[in-house]
Amino acid sequence: MFFKKKTAEPAQNHIEANLANSKIYVKDVKKVYSSAKGETLAMTGVNLNVLENEFVCIVGPSGCGKSTLLRMIAGLDEISGGQIVIQDKNIIGPGPDRGMVFQSYTLFPWMSVGDNIRFGLKLKNVPKEKQEEIVDKYLKIIGLEKFKDSYPKELSGGMKQRVAIARALANSPEVLLMDEPFSALDPQTKADMQVLMRQIWQVEKPTVIFVTHDIDEAVFLSSRIFVLTARPGTVKRDIPVYLPHERNLGLKDTEEFIRIRREVNSLIDRNPIQEN
Amino acid sequence: MIKIKIRKGISKRKYTALATIAFLALLAIWTIASSLGFVKEIFLPNPLKVLSYFVQAVKDGSLWENTKVSVYRITLGFVYAMALGIPAGILMGSFKKLEALIRPICEFIRYMPVPAFVPLIMVWVGIGESAKITVIFIGTFFQLVLMVADDAMSVPDDLINAGYTLGTGTGQTIFKIIIPAMLPRLMETLRMMIGWAWTYLVSAELVAANSGLGYTILKSQRFLKTDAIFAGIVLIGLLGLATDRIFAFINKKLFPWTE
Repeated sequence: MFFKKKTAEPAQNHIEANLANSKIYVKDVKKVYSSAKGETLAMTGVNLNVLENEFVCIVGPSGCGKSTLLRMIAGLDEISGGQIVIQDKNIIGPGPDRGMVFQSYTLFPWMSVGDNIRFGLKLKNVPKEKQEEIVDKYLKIIGLEKFKDSYPKELSGGMKQRVAIARALANSPEVLLMDEPFSALDPQTKADMQVLMRQIWQVEKPTVIFVTHDIDEAVFLSSRIFVLTARPGTVKRDIPVYLPHERNLGLKDTEEFIRIRREVNSLIDRNPIQEN
Repeated sequence: MIKIKIRKGISKRKYTALATIAFLALLAIWTIASSLGFVKEIFLPNPLKVLSYFVQAVKDGSLWENTKVSVYRITLGFVYAMALGIPAGILMGSFKKLEALIRPICEFIRYMPVPAFVPLIMVWVGIGESAKITVIFIGTFFQLVLMVADDAMSVPDDLINAGYTLGTGTGQTIFKIIIPAMLPRLMETLRMMIGWAWTYLVSAELVAANSGLGYTILKSQRFLKTDAIFAGIVLIGLLGLATDRIFAFINKKLFPWTE
């Protein structure tokens, strides 16, 4: 009764999704919340297509459902209509093909840093030596080799999120979903994390969908930005970010960066605070 | 400007000193009240008399025998409650369907007074050891299930979600994430529950017992031997405290990873 396996059905109209090398394909997605007061339409007509190796950011006013959209792609929230396809398969629930980094700290506190990164590999029965190799590789990428045997409680917030990124990537997912992962960090740590994330992407080329409310962060990290409207959320515009491939913090002061940031900013619906 | 006093920390030495003072004050009030004759000896025996009874009971071995038998009953009753209550609580905290099946019944039964079950238990399981164990079981089981379910539900959603996105299935999520994550809280729950088990001991030993600490207290009441009643109560208190401290110590050793 409790362990019934669901199998994903092949998507009906997957030809569309197969144009170009699409990884995630969101079509006409709708999200409705039902409560005692009635139904609330949170999102409607959401369409987006994320290509292989793309770094995509989703921004929008608070309450527009950007995190919900990401959780629906992860399979953690249900869609009320439309479809979400990952490489020809309809998404019906979470799975290791979509790794995720959360806003809250989600390292398993009873496991060492190394064992946290190893967790997904163990589930997949990757051979021991191979596990060790992958764990060491990602520890090196995030610069925490010395902390392999430490418990998460011994790490700072930024370090915890670095391990969370390593844990997700070590599992080699088809796409990495990131839900405002740096929003709880102080500005310096946050800037360092952005540089690190960009470096990781340049080297490892994972497909990333990154939700943030920080426009600066979105422009700095991504190759494309989806701007959502206020509730009911839908995609307002899809802005390509033509900035140099190699990026460092100096980029944030360039004219082109500021121009794109201004453009994105102007697209975000404002709900001015009323003066009484 | 004020000096902050609420929740201000104090040193461990100060804490121990104050705790000791509280115990000594209690003892002093007791001694004064009984030896100066404010209260009749029959109601409140002199601490020295209690102590001498205690020493005598230790010497003749009756105290040790009774303690052994009581500890045996509590241990068994509690082990059965754990063996059934922990899995039931974890399942209930994980699946809403099971929660709907189990929770209302437990909430209903846990309000029923345990001593009221005693006559029923005598009819059901007789007057042997199993009757005493059953009383302790009934007293702790229904509470335990509910508290374990709360422990399971206290595991953050995103910790479970992180597991899903790393590839855990339903069973793996329970065994590899929910159970290890809830263990420290579960041990805390057991620590509290074992305290309650001690309080049900007296009820348990109402059942045609002729041994045990609860029985000693009841028997002493019949003969108005208040010194023996006091000795029994204090001993149960001390044993409860000792179990509690042992649990606390084990928890600290077992889970070095907790914040």
